[in-house]
Amino acid sequence: MGGTPLLVLGPVLYGWPLRRLRDFYFKIADEAAVDVVLLGEVICTKRTSCSTATWLEIRERLERGGKTVAMSTLALPTERRELESLRALCREWPGLIEANDYATLHLLAGRPHLVGAFINVYHEATLAVLLEEGAVRVCLPPELSLDSVRLLARSAPGRVEVQVFGRLPLALSARCHHARSLGRTRARCRFACRDDPDGLALFTLDGRPFLTINGIQTLSASYLEASFQVTELLASGVGALRILPQDVDMVAVVAAYRALLDGRIGPEEVRAILTRLCPGRTLTGGYLAGRPDPAPAPAAAKG
Amino acid sequence: MERAAVSRLEVVCPAGTPAALEAAVAAGADSVYFGFRDGTNARNFPGLNFSREEAEEAIAHCHRHGVRAMVAVNSYPQAGRAELWQRAVADAHALGADAVILADLGLARWARSRFPHLRLHLSVQASAANPEAIAYWTERAGIRRVVLPRLFSMEDIRTLVPALPVESEVFVFGGLCVMAEGRCMLSSYVTGRSPNLDGVCSPAEWVRYGREGPMLTVRLGDVLIDRIPPGDKAGYPTLCKGCYRVRGRAMRPFEEPASLDLLSRLPELMAVGVRAIKIEGRQRGRAYVERVVRAVRGAAEQAARGRPLDAPDLRTLMEGGRATEGALARGWR
Repeated sequence: MGGTPLLVLGPVLYGWPLRRLRDFYFKIADEAAVDVVLLGEVICTKRTSCSTATWLEIRERLERGGKTVAMSTLALPTERRELESLRALCREWPGLIEANDYATLHLLAGRPHLVGAFINVYHEATLAVLLEEGAVRVCLPPELSLDSVRLLARSAPGRVEVQVFGRLPLALSARCHHARSLGRTRARCRFACRDDPDGLALFTLDGRPFLTINGIQTLSASYLEASFQVTELLASGVGALRILPQDVDMVAVVAAYRALLDGRIGPEEVRAILTRLCPGRTLTGGYLAGRPDPAPAPAAAKG
Repeated sequence: MERAAVSRLEVVCPAGTPAALEAAVAAGADSVYFGFRDGTNARNFPGLNFSREEAEEAIAHCHRHGVRAMVAVNSYPQAGRAELWQRAVADAHALGADAVILADLGLARWARSRFPHLRLHLSVQASAANPEAIAYWTERAGIRRVVLPRLFSMEDIRTLVPALPVESEVFVFGGLCVMAEGRCMLSSYVTGRSPNLDGVCSPAEWVRYGREGPMLTVRLGDVLIDRIPPGDKAGYPTLCKGCYRVRGRAMRPFEEPASLDLLSRLPELMAVGVRAIKIEGRQRGRAYVERVVRAVRGAAEQAARGRPLDAPDLRTLMEGGRATEGALARGWR
């Protein structure tokens, strides 16, 4: 079981305005029992409300709160200005950076770094190459089964991270579906995503919550909640558990997983707490629990 | 394959069966790509793809006609089972394939160390969407050609391609992924199977058609992904082309069912230095392949001679009977 597992707060994937981001991280700094916090804009540079200076201020506050801080980066840099901002960030950021695209790996050559869940790591050899090239830790894509995660974690004990909470990031596109849903284009989006701090809900035509639109990203409607798999994950050598921020009381969410890791409560209790904390959301064990239940029927309709 | 020697765009054609491969060769393919009959490639559909014996014959057939044969090993090797993918690369090499198309870093590094002279092409499934990412793959995995993701505008291609250290190949006709290829797990979220896991998107055994009054309903498993009024043409039911309710309205928030058609853009693609153009459609029959390859080859020749394009109307072959220029169309993003 290689040491104490780390609890990691992943980057905010939604288009939260600056004030909200600051308030959120200051509260995390003071009250949340996470070991590592990832900052940065992963989805769209157009919405970046934080300057590097502001991120540094947030970092300082988090470090004073005893957290290790790293900077996450764009998952799908395609346009020239996106690449420019990525290059600038890799040049200027004084700490650890998490790569979510091969472009960032290229820019970080020779520097220790993190690998995020948007880089495809499905088998041991790819994981080994990334670690050999300077990755300190690699967060696996959400699509992996528990069996695959186990094999990967065993091949690199302590170096693998797995998401345990938050919507499943399922797809990226060059097109902004958030803007498209309002008849706009990405170039003239007028920040279509800013009014949806937990993403834009997509239902099937028969009314089941199915997916969530977040700019160029598509996520599940359900929240992943993998507390029932945590013991097995840790036993196979997973070194860090990732919690993705949602529009709920994240300090309380973190506290539930911390209590689980400390052995103060079991997964049933975690599930009960999170069900209370996430009203109106379906919690799923995701791919770790077998096939995810993608569009749960309303309880009454289930027969 | 030197860039300076380009006189015409290389036409790269799909083959899901030996019959389709022969049709592609006869219709004017410069290169043909296919996969083995297992989960090692991104068109792992029942009844498709090549046994090792068929692959050997196919490669020999291509070479007799001066056509290059490329083998796609472009799904992601799964933990504990990477040998299956390694064997696919080794066999492609042993059978004399001119290139292997792959997407996974570990597999590419393995192929490079084992077969240093084997030509590696970076699959669209790697989603290498910018010059830095392509530089990574060139330097660290020795790839010689990149198949560009279907998410670039013409402006992007114009700045990207001349700056690349390797050849580039662009999809010009056939199915269109709305999502960045290799970065989409929608299919496995619903069915447990996906392009990255085992080379399948929206597997046919999960598709269920039904009726609601006059409407045709389309489900993937239990999930209702479309309701089609009578008379409308339905495309193959993928999640990204489905109809859903967003903001209280029924809409297709990702994309309409349509096929990519960039034939009118070939002169521009050629002018910026694109080396090869690719046709999607290994799941298609020989008649489709024959017609499309002939049309694309004709268009490539017209582009090379600087003639105005006079392409046959291929709309009857398209998804939903509609064409799109995808990300090359203004305002697509």
